[in-house]
Amino acid sequence: MALTMFDKIWMSHVILERPGGDALLHIDRNFVHEGSFHAFGALAKDGRKVRKPRQTFAVADHYVPTVGRERGIEAAEDEDARNMIRLLEENCRVNDIAHFGIDDERQGIVHVIGPELGITQPGLTITCGDSHTSTHGALGAYAFGTGASQLKQILATQCLWLKKPKTLRITVDGTLHPGVTGKDVVLAIIAKIGTAGATGHVIEFAGSAIRGLSVEGRLTVCNMAIEAGGRAGMIAPDDKVYDYLHGRPYSPKGADWDRAVAQWRSLPSDAGAKFDREVTLDGAKLEPMLTWGTSPEEALPVSGRIPDPKSLGDANQRAHAEQALAYMDLKPGTPLTDIKIDRAFIGSCTNGRIEDLRAAAVVLKGRKAAIPAWVSPGSTALKKQAEAEGLDRVFIDAGVEWRASGCSSCAAMNGDKVPPGMRSASTSNRNFEGRQGKGARTHLMSPAMTAAAIVTGRVTDVRALLAGK
Amino acid sequence: MTPFTTLTAIAAPIEMANIDTDRVIPVRFLRKLRSDKAGYETYLFHDMRFDNDGREKSDFVLNQGPYRKAGILVAGANFGCGSSREGAVYALLDYGIRAVIAPSFGDIHYANELQNGMLPVTLPEEICRGLRDQLRAKPGATLSIDLPAQTVTDTEGTAHPFTIDPVYKERLLKGLDDIGLVLENRTGIERFEHDYHAARPWLA
Repeated sequence: MALTMFDKIWMSHVILERPGGDALLHIDRNFVHEGSFHAFGALAKDGRKVRKPRQTFAVADHYVPTVGRERGIEAAEDEDARNMIRLLEENCRVNDIAHFGIDDERQGIVHVIGPELGITQPGLTITCGDSHTSTHGALGAYAFGTGASQLKQILATQCLWLKKPKTLRITVDGTLHPGVTGKDVVLAIIAKIGTAGATGHVIEFAGSAIRGLSVEGRLTVCNMAIEAGGRAGMIAPDDKVYDYLHGRPYSPKGADWDRAVAQWRSLPSDAGAKFDREVTLDGAKLEPMLTWGTSPEEALPVSGRIPDPKSLGDANQRAHAEQALAYMDLKPGTPLTDIKIDRAFIGSCTNGRIEDLRAAAVVLKGRKAAIPAWVSPGSTALKKQAEAEGLDRVFIDAGVEWRASGCSSCAAMNGDKVPPGMRSASTSNRNFEGRQGKGARTHLMSPAMTAAAIVTGRVTDVRALLAGK
Repeated sequence: MTPFTTLTAIAAPIEMANIDTDRVIPVRFLRKLRSDKAGYETYLFHDMRFDNDGREKSDFVLNQGPYRKAGILVAGANFGCGSSREGAVYALLDYGIRAVIAPSFGDIHYANELQNGMLPVTLPEEICRGLRDQLRAKPGATLSIDLPAQTVTDTEGTAHPFTIDPVYKERLLKGLDDIGLVLENRTGIERFEHDYHAARPWLA
């Protein structure tokens, strides 16, 4: 029988099944961060310890400061944040878990360092108490976020009871135009199928436009699978993935490497494999995208205008759009390029990788920022790499702050907030009300589009600024 | 875990679709361990419920008369989308909400409700809208949820059948703990891990 990649990964991880279709799944890799303290606390309360400490990895990312990092933990926003960073370290010490703390050169955003260190590999089941765990699927893994209770179960047992999700294949064929990136592809997908469009499904992203993306671009696409409601997102591994993983600290080595690659090559979906649903998009028709509302599905091409809520398809969308426009202080019919931007953020598990920083730097080189903006690289190692390439100079010369690595202004847990009423261009993943700070107004877009907004102080089609570059 | 069998409680209608977990509990309230004094009940829908000075917003349903004592929410589609934060469930539970009725739920939040003995009830869009219309017309009216019978009885006595996965139903009815269920299978797990890692020694 022809199998999907998801079927293959699922079947190789089922320990046992119970009547009713509940499967006990082996978890290969689990990640924890400062926010995982509920699960550790509950575990300790039960008198349990972590059963397979070598299969869990810890990193401080959500609450770490992005300025003053030479002072280490003392630079954190307040005592609460410091305590959370310390508590993670302590929970890891007690449970013998590898911990990449605030001063560690391996520190970074959990969904950036997993692939970067080679902890994330094709064919694995990967969990983390964070919804953007879907990111890791870009390397051909089944990766998904859980809440604290399921995280506790994974820590205690290294397995998880799950119902098998359905499958959705989203095929994007065609050649992407210059200036159109993984972020634009995934925003277009979410705009098409909606923020609940993939609920209950694992998404496999396929097609020539997806294959044409770099590993970084694929990570961006899978990162936002959750914003379409997907249980996970995944992309078939190929030579790009194997080249990316080769020689990374946790990648298999020597004879193991050859054995692993041979196994990985059998992962892609078989020809003729049946998916529960199929969606297609024409990649050649895509433009740079941005969100105008307070849900990631409220996204349009940069050439568009703010829609009239009355023109939208269903009652829920109309009601949501009305509320969104009030919150965003926008009027129907306004060209998106008339929207003034007050500040900008480049970073996050969505778009904080080297390719993202390079794309923003191309736009900013030789230009000046019209608004306050900062860059927070996705990992400490990546920050060093960018500095070796001179990207930091491009940002600093343009008047953009060059900060340390963390989740920063994506969820603003560490204090990197957008002030109330301010309009932010952001490379992150959620434009929810209050996400970047109470009253903050977020427009999601690609790093290149964000760089364009930094230069002009308004929403700008980056393709105009790329001409001649 | 507290078993869930039946629940008759005041129900509050929340009209909006796509209520994300950032709305259910804003991120700044996620720093506290859950204990009796953590105050999760005051964090529930905090920025929809309170203005910048901490005063109640009168237009929010849980600030209106008998809805304050709601034990059930009837919401729009895709309730609990977004962040995986289980604090959203702590806030609902500590406020006194034990069931949410909606046309659909975010997958992670749905699992988080089940893990804490809450019942997420999925009913079609038009039935949820009808329930909300009834509840708005009769503030303080109760709904009755019968998990064994899989019905929600509305304010007029009509019973609406709902479906729920039999495995989830059994766990809720018995208050079963997932970890307990795993540990019953220890030998099978160890055998699996041995074979799995023998074929992939670099993962052990």
